Amino acid sequence: MNNPNTVKTIMSSATAFNVDKVRQDFPILNEQVHGKPLVYLDNAATAQKPKQVIEALNTYYRESNSNIHRGVHTLSEKATAIYEKARDKVKTFINADSTKEIVFVRGATEAINLVAQSFGRNTLKAGDEIIITELEHHSNIVPWQILSEQTGAKLNYIPINDAGELILEEYEKLLSDKTRIVAVGHISNALGTINPIKTITDKAHAVGAKVLVDGAQAVPHTRVDVKELNCDFYVFSGHKLFGPTGIGVLYGKEALLEAMPPYQGGGDMIQMVTMEKSTYNALPYKFEAGTPHIAGVIGLGAAVDYVNELDLETAAQYEIELLDYANEQAAQVAGLNFVGTAKNKTSILSFTLDGIHPHDIGTILDGEGVAIRAGHHCAMPVMERFSIPATARASFAFYNTREEVDALIKAIDKCQKVFN
Amino acid sequence: MFDIKDLYQEVIVDHNRSPRNFGKLDNADTTLEGFNPLCGDKLTLYLKTDGNKINDIAFDGSGCAISVASASLMTDAMKGKSLGEAETLFNEFHNLVTTDDDYNEELLGKLAALAGVKDYPARVKCASLCWHTLHSALQGDSTPVKTE
Repeated sequence: MNNPNTVKTIMSSATAFNVDKVRQDFPILNEQVHGKPLVYLDNAATAQKPKQVIEALNTYYRESNSNIHRGVHTLSEKATAIYEKARDKVKTFINADSTKEIVFVRGATEAINLVAQSFGRNTLKAGDEIIITELEHHSNIVPWQILSEQTGAKLNYIPINDAGELILEEYEKLLSDKTRIVAVGHISNALGTINPIKTITDKAHAVGAKVLVDGAQAVPHTRVDVKELNCDFYVFSGHKLFGPTGIGVLYGKEALLEAMPPYQGGGDMIQMVTMEKSTYNALPYKFEAGTPHIAGVIGLGAAVDYVNELDLETAAQYEIELLDYANEQAAQVAGLNFVGTAKNKTSILSFTLDGIHPHDIGTILDGEGVAIRAGHHCAMPVMERFSIPATARASFAFYNTREEVDALIKAIDKCQKVFN
Repeated sequence: MFDIKDLYQEVIVDHNRSPRNFGKLDNADTTLEGFNPLCGDKLTLYLKTDGNKINDIAFDGSGCAISVASASLMTDAMKGKSLGEAETLFNEFHNLVTTDDDYNEELLGKLAALAGVKDYPARVKCASLCWHTLHSALQGDSTPVKTE
């Protein structure tokens, strides 16, 4: 007996990925915008949350809310256990050696600032060099500019080619025994380019530099193995991984984190405080001053469970097929220009339309229920590289469908009708 | 019933496609830049005044249809206006794009086409960038204007 849902699934993708079933996990996908079904294509800004995550937050506040690492009462022990369990899940998720290497922070941005200030400020001096790339999000530029001003270290950028790929020959030229830190995004938020992290890391290590990888865009799309990448620091945000906002992860190799001074002082990060001096807590607590975002951590743990159960590799394959389909359709739109055409990229379609500003595209698409991002994507150097003020960016997740790509293309057509 | 054409009226589409008073004004006595950091909309406003009246006005730059059309319509409306009239029009335009209050259609003329903007809070700053720039220029400010 043919189940119509099964037929549709097979038709919508060659991969054995049941998108209809997955969509049922995301309640927000049933919303309407301006009387039309929501087509959410702004996943690179933030991903939607499955009910498993929403329910984990709900259950925590209903049944276990308490402060952690403090109380001797049952609730506090319960909250501490779920909180630390989430740390263990994250450790396994990125294949770290130890939970001591998993520090909870507000997000990828805070993690980068932590490394710049705690590691960078205490090890760099005038004449040293930091290498980042033209592709970076502002959150992986500005902390290094601040560090550069503070220490006198020089900040260099790996340039990109017209496809939006790093020019590795130029990277090699920038590397020297003065290089102390190389900070690079795993996947570009503006263009979707996947960077060759292992190559970058190996070359940096060859000159004795440490490597920070901004994985904010990577964790929702690819299996991350920090041991295989051999990076020294890896950072990401929970909210792009289908978890809550306000929670993120700093992974650092234990020996490095051990040697770094605290980033902030306060509760939970100390062992003993006298009026003269404090002794600091062990890893990872040394870097977790103040009552943390306990619910956020628990929600992140639930998000990690969710993607583990889903099989991220199959989901990623489905996303690539969706991107291929979107690219094919978009290529047929007269006056549409692709921005970012790297060979190795994730499911981001960044584009401009002749004669129509991206902000107008964003507004008109919203009128059709289609949510995209229009702007510089907090990556102004990328826009400058392509001599454009902004792009329109459709970013896909595994819960998006071919029908939604069709809705996007139809809405783009509407844009062109409004302006012609 | 929602209709995107309420925002993108013919007048706006036309002024975006063919902006009036577009280009540098030679011998301008006041030049001021306006910048919208969030969108990247940028414009430069050129003014010739005699202390009482706007004798000539022009702009250039780049931005979305709302910001270009607003600057085009504004410069058209401002030509020949006294400084007092300019201030009145500034206040009336502000009223138009930020409140649901009745507006003076006669005073605003074609500018009333931008009334739809008030339903798009994220776009109000696109429409008002050139106006804030003009206002600052007439007040004698020389620091570039930013709308947040």
